[in-house]
Amino acid sequence: MIKKRDLILIGGILLAALVMLIAVRWTAEAGASVIVRVDGQITEEISLNKTGVYSLNGGTNILHIEGGEAWLSEADCPDKLCVHQGKIHRTGEVITCLPNKLTVTVTGGDDSVDLII
Amino acid sequence: MKASKISFLALSMALAMILSFIESQIPAFVAVPGVKVGLTNIVIVFLLYKVGAKEAGAVSLIRVVLVGLLFGSLVSILYSLAGAVLSFCGMVLLKKTGWFSTMAVSVTGAVLHNVGQVLMACFVTETAQLIYYLPVLMVSGVIAGIVVGIAGALMIQRVPTQF
Repeated sequence: MIKKRDLILIGGILLAALVMLIAVRWTAEAGASVIVRVDGQITEEISLNKTGVYSLNGGTNILHIEGGEAWLSEADCPDKLCVHQGKIHRTGEVITCLPNKLTVTVTGGDDSVDLII
Repeated sequence: MKASKISFLALSMALAMILSFIESQIPAFVAVPGVKVGLTNIVIVFLLYKVGAKEAGAVSLIRVVLVGLLFGSLVSILYSLAGAVLSFCGMVLLKKTGWFSTMAVSVTGAVLHNVGQVLMACFVTETAQLIYYLPVLMVSGVIAGIVVGIAGALMIQRVPTQF
């Protein structure tokens, strides 16, 4: 039922995933701040050094920042995937809440050039 | 189109919608959005092999819209639509080559479904970093595709289609 070609194809997909994963890890470094986007619009930029609890998007999601890490502790959506995504601190890492169209991404200190809106 | 074929397709549509509903009741078990089994693809793979690409595509599209309206939202329709269209095109092309079995076709469908959804999510949230979810979603897609491939092959073997 399974042909050799199938295995090659599946192996190729897994290999591509592995390469992407390594590339992501390789280029990531400790970030400087987090950017909050709601529906594509940047609503907040908060330094990772600023320990605190922030209410996002009118209270639908609660963001915690402590010890250079950021995480969402509460969300009003049923699945709470964003809460389970854990803590982020490397550049490019992201927490997503698709129901609220909200993302929290880590950016570096010096490469703020990539913020073209 | 014969009445028997219409009713068969309607039955398939109902099955696809029930599978979507069952899937929506399974709690998310991984913290990455989009990781799921994609049970509906069993029906799509089955139709693709036993009835035809046009019919499978139509059922897939109508199912996305109906399920989105019933259990989801407009945004979720957008995500599903991107996934479904990319996935379906990939499966049709792969099947046309004739080089692969249903397993590889369903794996490709599952992986491309996730790729489509991630791209759409990047677009909707305007956050390109969501691409970082892709490796995890590709691996989960391979696993889901294998499960669906096994189930789809069984269905292709056992469910008679004569119109």
